[in-house]
Amino acid sequence: MNDKNVRSTVIRRAFKDTIPVMSGYLVLGIGFGVVLASRGYGVFWAMAMSVFIFAGSMQYVAIDLITGGVGLVATALTTLAVNARHLFYGLSMIEKYKGTKKKPFLIFALTDETYSLVCNDAAIRDVEDKNGYYFWVSLLDYSYWVTGSVLGSLIGAVIPFDMTGVDFSLTALFLTVFVEQWLSTKNHLAAITGVAASVICLVIFGSDNFLIPAMILITFALMMMRGREGITND
Amino acid sequence: MIDMHAVMIIAVAAIVTELIRFAPFVIFGDKRKTPEFITYLGKVLPYAIMGMLVVFCLKGISLVEAPHGLPELLSGALVVLLHIWKRNTLLSIIGGTACYMLFINFVF
Repeated sequence: MNDKNVRSTVIRRAFKDTIPVMSGYLVLGIGFGVVLASRGYGVFWAMAMSVFIFAGSMQYVAIDLITGGVGLVATALTTLAVNARHLFYGLSMIEKYKGTKKKPFLIFALTDETYSLVCNDAAIRDVEDKNGYYFWVSLLDYSYWVTGSVLGSLIGAVIPFDMTGVDFSLTALFLTVFVEQWLSTKNHLAAITGVAASVICLVIFGSDNFLIPAMILITFALMMMRGREGITND
Repeated sequence: MIDMHAVMIIAVAAIVTELIRFAPFVIFGDKRKTPEFITYLGKVLPYAIMGMLVVFCLKGISLVEAPHGLPELLSGALVVLLHIWKRNTLLSIIGGTACYMLFINFVF
């Protein structure tokens, strides 16, 4: 195959694999744009947030940070808490992204969904141009998300019916991931720790201040449980 | 007049997000061995953090005052049941959200 054929093959393959991500990102992106617009921040804001942050759950949380007048230190800590899991995606892609030409972009765009595709060695064993595949999956996912949030922001302004409550899609997203993790693992100690520590801190510190104490308590509790058999679900 | 506070929040969220994404490559990119406690936290934190985020989303509901958090709790239960039944992320999200919108707009 010549270079052009290899390229069009890898693009087609990346598109096919990212179709589920496209549907999810469009729906959640539109939801994000709609909620943001309903709080008085229009398409410019939706695009800026999606282009520069590109982290779905964090952007939903950021809406509350912006409208709630939260400070910058609390914003940094909340971002750290919400996105800390991304640290561990990077850890497993260090070897694979070594020597790729567009590495800075690949790292910038490493979301949960992109990670779930590019880390799946078994599924892409037959892909010739791995680096091209990584790039196109990342770029397509990025474009779905930006497109969705811009659409939501524009449609949200003219939509003829009441969109109140569409932001529940975020809660639904987290619940879905939580259930998916629960169903695919045997040991639920870490999941229970997360819920229990958060509820305890919510009761003690109140709804505005519980997130950071909850993060500290969760980390502390998990470190205390280190070495327990089965906790990591290996 | 541009909302400068919003601009700063977006800038901080973007910078911290990318610091997190780049950190592993910058710190461990030269094949140094990852400390064992980091590997351990990397395995268990995702489960705990999803639980925390669910609580974070539901923090605003009041069980004491009407409607006693019923729209959230019932819609959330639907998401869980749909997902156990079909394990289709999109279906679970759309079903639960549609249910919630119906509840708060027409029922409660």
